[in-house]
Formats: sequence, structure tokens, C-alpha cells
Amino acid sequence: MRYLTDRKRAEGKGPAHHGTETHKHMTLTATGLAFLMPVFLYIFGHALGQDHAGVVATFSRPIPAIVTGLVFFIAMRHFPHGAGSVLTDYAKGRARRYLTIFVVSLSYLITATVLFALVRIAN
Amino acid sequence: MVQFALPKNSKIRVGKTWPKPEGKNVRKFCIYRWDPDTGENPRVDSYFVDMDSCGPMVLDALIKIKTEIDPTLTFRRSCREGICGSCSMNIDGINTLACIYGLDEIKGDVKIYPLPHMKVVKDLIPDMTLFYAQHAAIKPWLETKTATPATEWRQSIEDRKKLDGLYECVMCGSCSAACPSYWWNSDLYYGPATLLHAYRWIVDSRDEATGERLDALEDPFKLYRCHHILNCTQTCPKGLNPALAIAQIKKLMVERMS
Repeated sequence: MRYLTDRKRAEGKGPAHHGTETHKHMTLTATGLAFLMPVFLYIFGHALGQDHAGVVATFSRPIPAIVTGLVFFIAMRHFPHGAGSVLTDYAKGRARRYLTIFVVSLSYLITATVLFALVRIAN
Repeated sequence: MVQFALPKNSKIRVGKTWPKPEGKNVRKFCIYRWDPDTGENPRVDSYFVDMDSCGPMVLDALIKIKTEIDPTLTFRRSCREGICGSCSMNIDGINTLACIYGLDEIKGDVKIYPLPHMKVVKDLIPDMTLFYAQHAAIKPWLETKTATPATEWRQSIEDRKKLDGLYECVMCGSCSAACPSYWWNSDLYYGPATLLHAYRWIVDSRDEATGERLDALEDPFKLYRCHHILNCTQTCPKGLNPALAIAQIKKLMVERMS
């Protein structure tokens, strides 16, 4: 048992002097996605149900390819912060650290995969 | 990880059912009871109150139960008009003040519990010491560097209006006890009540420590655990909007960065 006063517990180690950067980043990426996501869903909906050649034809056109690339690039910059926020809320210690590494790695992997697929379709 | 299930010694059992009085207008009250001295698990006791001889508010019924049925029932109360914030508790699933919550607003049995996710001292009394310490940590007083004027610190009518909706907070803790972020991280996150008070001093035109106050909140936990789910605003018995105050602090944080 630690005999800490409530004031000591409330003050903790003092402010970390960061957090606003993440908040600003989340706000910016969310605003970007609010505009890009409907366009992407329209493109995706258009391609849905088509055969392989039709899908390749859709995503080899410049605007669908650029919009798709932007959506995934921005979404995968937004995702680790959002998921990280959930982890900060509910996970503690080592579990939080490992899960954060996993989430960040996953976002990079998805971004790379999508960009590689778009480049491949374009060629 | 956070703890989602109650430990064995915190599981609530069915408690004593007190005798039902004669009368046509009798209501049932299910009230959380826990006495740390007995070492027993918490229980929910059932009381029956004749509403024809009871006041209109939940606090009136609690006082009647304590006076006429069970003097061991423990709860805080003082002003009985929503000014002191003492009688905050969870009534019918809502964190509110028992003194200004009408019994006519509740359908069926009246269920009364202490504020959720706060340590219980006894029965309906939560331990508010950390909550008060967090409030103290934001320095809830006027910080000035200029020499104190001979008469008073002056403030324009417009600047004074900015304090409306903030100064009325009675620190009952209903909002903080309704906030899931505060439930999981109450040791690190300041919670809506404290942040509303922090904003009250940040926005005060007479205060000269705005930068220091914002610096003290620049933290992923103290401020940024708020995700604006608005439980605090929905539950506030005084009709205040702590979520808006927190959003304004965040806005000021971003503004000073740009």
C-alpha cells in the first residue's frame, strides 16, 4: 500500500505537455475523410458487383485511383490515433504498448498494400 | 486491462424488505446499502413509503425513511434546494441531486444507488476526496500578477456573461460519475466537473494565468481522455454543459498552437 495524498494522486507527475498535436491531427484527418469518404463509397459502390476486368478498369482511371489512395492514406493516419485512444482508455502497461505497436504496424501495412495494389493496377 | 466485473465482495445481494404500511398511495424504494464495518457484501433493501405523508422530492422520501423506518440509512444532504451538491446519487439510473429530483419523474419502483464508479464510504455516500483534490489541482481561484487594485478587479458585462453556465456548478460530481473515461482513468483524467471549473477560470477576463492554466492541462490524460459522448451534459442536474466547456478548452489549445 502506498500512502499518497489525494492531491499527490491528482497532480501525478504533472502535465506531459503534449496531446494537442494528436487532437489537431485527428480533427484534420477526420475533416478530410468526411469529404473523401462519400466519393470513395460512390466509386466503390460503382465497382461492386463488376467482374475483375471492370474493377481493374475502374481503379486504373486517375480519379478513382487518386481518391482511393488518398482515402486509405488519410484513414490509416487517422486509425492508429483513434485506436490508440481506445487502447489508452482501456488497456494499461505492457498490453497497451504491444497493442499500440500492433495497431501502428497494421496501419502502415494496409497503406502499403493499397498503394502497391493501385500502382500495380495502373501499370 | 480495465476491470469489467465486480469483485466477489462487491456483488450486490438482495437485502431486507421492510414492512409495508397501510395506505393506497404506497411506493417501493430499493436502496443500496453497504456498511464497511460489517464486512458483508452490499445489498439492496426495500422500503415502502406512504406518499400521502411524504414530500415530492426523492430527498424527502429518503429523510422520511431515515426518520421513520430505518435510522441506519446513511446519505449526505444539506441545503435541500440544489445549491450545495451534497445529495448527489444515482436515482432511477440517472446521476442527479435527490433534493431537486421529483418522485413524479420516476415510473415504478424508485431505485437509489450511490454515484457509480466511486468508492463507497457507506450506503449512498461516495468517497469524493480524489474528486475534490482534482478540483484543487486546477487552482480554482483568481490568479493575478498585476498589483491588486484599490477597489475591485473590473470586468465588462460581455466578459462577465462568459461565466454564465460555468459558475453555477455545485461540484456534486454527477457528471464525472457518469463519464466512462472517468470510470476507467479517474486517477489520471480530471473529469468533466473539474474541467468545467478549469474553463471557468481560463475564460475569466480578470485571470492572468491563462497560459499556465492551459499548460497544466496539456496532457493526453488530464484533458484528452474526453471523447465528447455527452453523458456529463445529459446528467447535469443544474443543466450545465461540461462537454462544451471541455471542447472550448481544446479549441483554445489548438488556437495557441496555430
